[in-house]
Amino acid sequence: MASRHQLGEPVVVVAGVEKSFGSFKVLKDVGLIVRRGETVCIIGPSGSGKSTLLRCINGLVPISKGSITVAGREVNDPRLDKLSLRRDVGIVFQQYNLFPHKSALQNVMMAPIHVLKQDKAEVEERARRLLAKVGLSDKLASYPGELSGGQQQRVAIARSLAMNPKVMLFDEVTAALDPETKKEVLVTIQDLAAEGMTCILVTHEMGFAREVADHVYFTDGGLIVEHGPPAELFGAPREERTKAFLDKVL
Amino acid sequence: MDPGAPLRCVRDDVADGATARQIAMIAAFFERLNETQGLNFSVFYDAFDRSRFLTGLWTTSYICVVAILASLLLGLLGVWVAGSGSRLGRLLVRAYVQFFRNTPPLVQLSFFYFAVGGLLPTVSDGFGGQSPLVSGTGWAIIALSLFAGAFNVEIFRAGIEAVPSTTVEAAESLGYTRLQLYIHVVLPLAFRICLPALNNNLVNLVKTTTLAYAIGVPELLYAASQIWSESFNVREMMNVLLVTYVLLVAVLVFVMGRWERAMRIPGYST
Repeated sequence: MASRHQLGEPVVVVAGVEKSFGSFKVLKDVGLIVRRGETVCIIGPSGSGKSTLLRCINGLVPISKGSITVAGREVNDPRLDKLSLRRDVGIVFQQYNLFPHKSALQNVMMAPIHVLKQDKAEVEERARRLLAKVGLSDKLASYPGELSGGQQQRVAIARSLAMNPKVMLFDEVTAALDPETKKEVLVTIQDLAAEGMTCILVTHEMGFAREVADHVYFTDGGLIVEHGPPAELFGAPREERTKAFLDKVL
Repeated sequence: MDPGAPLRCVRDDVADGATARQIAMIAAFFERLNETQGLNFSVFYDAFDRSRFLTGLWTTSYICVVAILASLLLGLLGVWVAGSGSRLGRLLVRAYVQFFRNTPPLVQLSFFYFAVGGLLPTVSDGFGGQSPLVSGTGWAIIALSLFAGAFNVEIFRAGIEAVPSTTVEAAESLGYTRLQLYIHVVLPLAFRICLPALNNNLVNLVKTTTLAYAIGVPELLYAASQIWSESFNVREMMNVLLVTYVLLVAVLVFVMGRWERAMRIPGYST
């Protein structure tokens, strides 16, 4: 469904990436391309290296072999300014990982003020706008501990957006949520994708992937087994492993 | 430090109006108690004993406040160096913690005062005499800060390790440098986690200041012993001393409690 967006230049290019933890190879020769404005979903059984791949993309986990470029920057170049990379890549985690000692508004404001050294008044205005966008205008002063999982996750999304990233990574962001709150988070992501934000999602929400993704990657055992537009991958998978997985989860 | 300075303020306060009358009444009561019952609380009616005791109280408070602040600073510095990539730094902090945690504070105090202090040059005191570069009170502060600081390093380390790695990861992926990460995320959370243990250590520090008695620092115990050896009121002074320490620690616990409440996060439990 690449026609849905005017797709731009590649933002994230992953080529021949390998990653081992000790003797265990989590990623074996993984490659993918994500273009500007595209929404890409990565699906696959647990332990197939999906989350590790996301962490490699923003440099949280160093890769053992291969190359990852984000907006033209080689992530594993030791001379790379990690801060400038992370400014471009927003990541949202399964467990929200908000700063528990700060209010929702402060959570969103912190990084632009501390890291980007932006003007406080400007940042606050933008933070209020972002929280309104994720539907939390009435929770600005609430602390993470006072918010539901879905609300916390939406604050986490706003927190990442406040850095004006070029690409957003979502690491199983609805896995810890109940079906009701799940929906509010998915709608938020869907809106983002519709606005043209480049998104990479690791997800178990097959229905969501099918509906929102421009391109779906199926990973298993540290390899990309199959990828294609969602209609193809879900409708007519070519590989046996993909079929077996989809039969189990759908 | 001039231990005599605050006393003058106390006397000034005493000098005015209603307070003076109350003090006089209290003094009269204790003087009578001594005459009729033989219970000699000289610090309450004898101006000289009172001023000695207040000097001791001031010295103890002064040592406490400075040593608490310095030990907190040492603790922070220690975890910072131990947590940085430097192997040498880590080794130095480990050695420091082991040394000061595993030796008696009284021996440390004596070591600093007699062994280290003896090596330092003396300075002219302005009256034609020579005085040591660091006073006994100074050595007490240095030794006690290092002693409590070693424990603070361990307490802070435990607090920092209890900060979820996922929270740290979130800050890192927002582009925080290590210093920013510590200042804005790790330390505020670690502080809250380790406050109970920190409370214990600081209360201990207040009580350990009595060891300064051994090197002749005019703190509370020293002042009390001077008083009881002249007024022969050991039993009474012991009671006064114990109650004074209970009150002193109560002040610290009150302040720490206020701090703990002020730092409480709505909806968050550690």
